[in-house]
Amino acid sequence: MTPDLHAPLNMPQIGSFTLLLGLALSAYAFGAGLYAILRSDDRLGETARRAGIAVFAAVTAASAILVYAAFSNDFSVAYIMHHSNRALPGAYKFAALWSGQEGSLLFWCWLLACYGLVLRLRHKVDTRLVAHASVVLSAVQIFFLVLVNFVACPFAMNIGAIPADGNGLNPLLQYPEMVIHPPMLYLGYVGMTVPFAFALAALIMRYPGEKWIHITRRWTMVGWMFLTCGIFLGSYWAYRVLGWGGWWGWDPVENASLLPWLTGTAFLHSVMMQEKRGMMKVWNMWLIFSTFLLAIFGTFLTRSGVVSSVHAFAESNIGPYFVVFLAIIFAACLFFFLKNRSHLESEHKLESLVSRESSFLFNNVLLLVAAFAVLWGTLFPVLSEWVTGHKVTVGPPFFNKVNIPIALFLLLLTAVGPLLAWRKTSAESLRKNFLIPAIIALAVGVVLVGMGIHPWQEVDYFYSLMTIMLSVLVAATIGSEFLRGGLVIARHNNTNILNGMWTLTRRNTRRYGGYIVHLGVVMSMIGFAGAAFYQNTEQELGFGDKMMIGGYTLVCKSYTQDDKPNYSSESAILDIYKGGKQIDTMYPEQRFYKASGQPATIVANRSTVMEDLYLVYTGKNPDTGRPIIKAHLNPLVWWIWSGAHFILVGTIVALCPNMHAVKKKVEAMVTAPARTVTGVAPVETGGD
Amino acid sequence: MRRTTSHRWMAALLLLSMALLMSASSDSTGQRFDKLGHNLMCSCGCNQVLLECNHVGCSVSEQMRKELKGALAKGGSDKEILAGFVTEYGPTVLAAPTTTGFNRVAWLMPVVIFLAALTAVVLVVRAWKRRAPKEPPSGGDAGGDGSGGMDDFRRRAREETSL
Repeated sequence: MTPDLHAPLNMPQIGSFTLLLGLALSAYAFGAGLYAILRSDDRLGETARRAGIAVFAAVTAASAILVYAAFSNDFSVAYIMHHSNRALPGAYKFAALWSGQEGSLLFWCWLLACYGLVLRLRHKVDTRLVAHASVVLSAVQIFFLVLVNFVACPFAMNIGAIPADGNGLNPLLQYPEMVIHPPMLYLGYVGMTVPFAFALAALIMRYPGEKWIHITRRWTMVGWMFLTCGIFLGSYWAYRVLGWGGWWGWDPVENASLLPWLTGTAFLHSVMMQEKRGMMKVWNMWLIFSTFLLAIFGTFLTRSGVVSSVHAFAESNIGPYFVVFLAIIFAACLFFFLKNRSHLESEHKLESLVSRESSFLFNNVLLLVAAFAVLWGTLFPVLSEWVTGHKVTVGPPFFNKVNIPIALFLLLLTAVGPLLAWRKTSAESLRKNFLIPAIIALAVGVVLVGMGIHPWQEVDYFYSLMTIMLSVLVAATIGSEFLRGGLVIARHNNTNILNGMWTLTRRNTRRYGGYIVHLGVVMSMIGFAGAAFYQNTEQELGFGDKMMIGGYTLVCKSYTQDDKPNYSSESAILDIYKGGKQIDTMYPEQRFYKASGQPATIVANRSTVMEDLYLVYTGKNPDTGRPIIKAHLNPLVWWIWSGAHFILVGTIVALCPNMHAVKKKVEAMVTAPARTVTGVAPVETGGD
Repeated sequence: MRRTTSHRWMAALLLLSMALLMSASSDSTGQRFDKLGHNLMCSCGCNQVLLECNHVGCSVSEQMRKELKGALAKGGSDKEILAGFVTEYGPTVLAAPTTTGFNRVAWLMPVVIFLAALTAVVLVVRAWKRRAPKEPPSGGDAGGDGSGGMDDFRRRAREETSL
């Protein structure tokens, strides 16, 4: 049949065209950018930069067209047919953009284009460095655009008749948290491309000075912040949606997100040694390379079907492309490292084992061993099958046994490290800084043992007790740091201590922001420690029946049914009593999604500082027809999510410039207004 | 001599606490069900721990839980019950590798890597310490970078500590 050349282009075709255009522009940004660097041709370099900016416009148009196709129920597009349906609420139609393989790859391209746009618009920070980084970024962009153009095209058309309705979105993804979790995680993954691009660019051009490491650190912190948010949101989603009462299952997809997070965390610590003492340059370079490679490796792991996962994306043919890409990236890193390694020689050597430097070294070792253990456990089933012919399962018992001791060591270092001096710390200084926090931690331990947490009864109790004691130690050392500094400033400025601590934080945002992050980490650790004391029970509940868990009594008041365009549902109405008084009414629910024909649970959760009462409507007993309610009592879960908020706030504080740096910049702008036109040299926001 | 005695005391204390930890388990049937249920995987293909399978109306996990309760009621040891599940469902039913055969590698490797990394760090630090040039002491908790000269260090110290 001859195609109708006069037929108007439809939206999916325009989408495909914009993706091709994006690829062509990326190829130009890469080729012309590279040529301009080699020939020192500034004008050509400028065209490459503008092409990079235009990639953003092209990929944004493609993404908008896919979202439009979801909203207009265009089921001629195979992707929309598989991931949306007419009755799907608007927010989830939008989320369909990243709910499947093809759409999420397009979303990745778009986020990378966004980061690229910011980087290229801020090129005056250092035009040569940005030009090099822009070429690296374009190379990564080309890979992902090749995938969405030729391997997993989101605009592929349905073959045959267009169905009247789509298959709908996976019910497990139809939750508000799921609308935010993937973008955050992707922002983190993709965000690691920018520090990688700067690091590789600095290595390629043998960048003089340390400015590149400041830029790389800031971008890593941005990526790390989003990755942390993504991980916690995913965890929160698993807790509130999956209905198994836990928040972390050590699934390969979860592990994949943890790997770059661990190496990124290691980098954010060891980078201080490079900035302060000119040490660990090779180590830092490879940490950044590893973080990016692990972000890509994680993507490969979750999309190739190499390992079994409860998450989607498995069972696809996309894996080999990622393997080739990883090999190319690794080869490029290795080549430029071997070529220019003399540029990365340390300026100083370590002088004492009891120093800030060595604490960072040990911190890095522990974080990397944790990353190795997670990677090893994730890949061991594949290795075992390859060596012995039998597959084994590596699940939560393995990961918990291996990683909990490492986490405890890390907590200890979190308490000790920040109070050690650079170069060398005296025993007297150690005693002075740690005596009171150690006494507080020991006192808390004694109280907990008195309350019935007997570490000799269960290994889990031992770990929980140690976690809480070490967390208190960290919190006490951080508290003493804030108090000491705040008091000095309060006395000097004749103000109260809270104002003193606020001024202290603003004067060294990086140091005190870091402390707030540590505080968030220990809060989350306290929440994790509560897992050792969880309880659960399951019971059939008829009208008026009672169920007991912990100090709670659950009385079944009634059952109700509902029918919505997207799903039908059944829920139980349970009155909750504690100490003989009614304190709440809860509604655990089960839904049946019409388009996909799949059931899902809606957990009812009552969260307090001490514990969560978590109720799941698991279904009906086929023999009696009576509903079954599963109740979990999860202690200290509130602390996990509160800790996440502290981590986020702390990272934002650490990203803010110091007060004196802002003052300097304002003074520079006031005294030399003419310079602002061409751009003032950025003021470094040092600190600790 | 005094130091050796104190080391012996510490070692004895450590061994005692380890022995207490190892011997501490007089689990009730409920605790054993919970413990074993978290060491088994659901075989419905969900890749989740048996007691955490969240498939609505999953008949496989229901059946496996019944089997576990039955095995506990018969009074077998943990090892025997797990072996029974392996016979029925295959080795992938165990949530963690065993400590026999090639599976030992799974457990040993992280420990080996940890010890190797720790040793490497200690050796590197010692080597650096030997090679480090003697610099003037930093004089407090704040450090200097030394490369840019003391003037640069003093300027930074003033900036960071000024009120």
